[in-house]
Amino acid sequence: MTVTIQWYLALSAVLFAIGVGGVLLRRNVLIIFMSIELMLNAANLALVAFSRYLGNIDGQLFVFFVMAVAAAEVAVGLAIIITIFKHKSSVDIDQVNLMKW
Amino acid sequence: MEATLFILTALTALVSSFLVVTGKKPVNSVLFLVVTFFCIAVFYVLLGAQFIAAMQIIVYAGAIMVLFLFVVMLLNMKSEQVWEKLDYSRKMLAFAVAAGILSVVIVGIKVAVVPTPDDIENFGTVEAFADNLFNRWLLPFEMVSILLLTAIIGSVMMVKRHQGDPK
Repeated sequence: MTVTIQWYLALSAVLFAIGVGGVLLRRNVLIIFMSIELMLNAANLALVAFSRYLGNIDGQLFVFFVMAVAAAEVAVGLAIIITIFKHKSSVDIDQVNLMKW
Repeated sequence: MEATLFILTALTALVSSFLVVTGKKPVNSVLFLVVTFFCIAVFYVLLGAQFIAAMQIIVYAGAIMVLFLFVVMLLNMKSEQVWEKLDYSRKMLAFAVAAGILSVVIVGIKVAVVPTPDDIENFGTVEAFADNLFNRWLLPFEMVSILLLTAIIGSVMMVKRHQGDPK
């Protein structure tokens, strides 16, 4: 049986849902951040799958830019996490609630 | 052959991503995420995206995950309780959101009708990328360099010691 695009899209959807579960269920800031990266990768996989099955390279170019933005976001996000840890000595997301109403 | 490889890699990716999300030790989660990224790189090669596969390994598995490991080491994260400390409403919300996303996407997948194409020559090669990145998408390419510069400046400014900080 040939691998159709539906296989790739279903896999991307399940990976994305696992990432969403990780963001909502974990209290460790770093695990939440890693789940966000997992979601980004699921979206990249869907983009590359569409690029292949539609014969257009624009999907892969988009993935290139998504990867660059994700790298910049990881750098800044980890700096934020380290700064929060310096003040609170904890990486529990439930304790980062200064701006909560 | 391709279907076998796809199924094996998909199972590996699903299991390791599940273990990322449900692991008790952050170090184990980081390493399982590296495995997931390698599986996704295999998918990129299966889809003919050679350049993106190489970039996935270099940027994601090689740079971003090393950053994560450094932070895990610096903050000295130990193992933690995961499931027991969550309240019921949060678990239900997570299940509902994940199930909702999955159902919407799976309905969309069933409706999508995309014909299987022929192989294109030089599809995901570096030449094809250079052809696009330096001609049509030159401005976004240069903006990415400015974005990376901003990220570097921002993260260094956030973490450096300022005057008046307690030692």
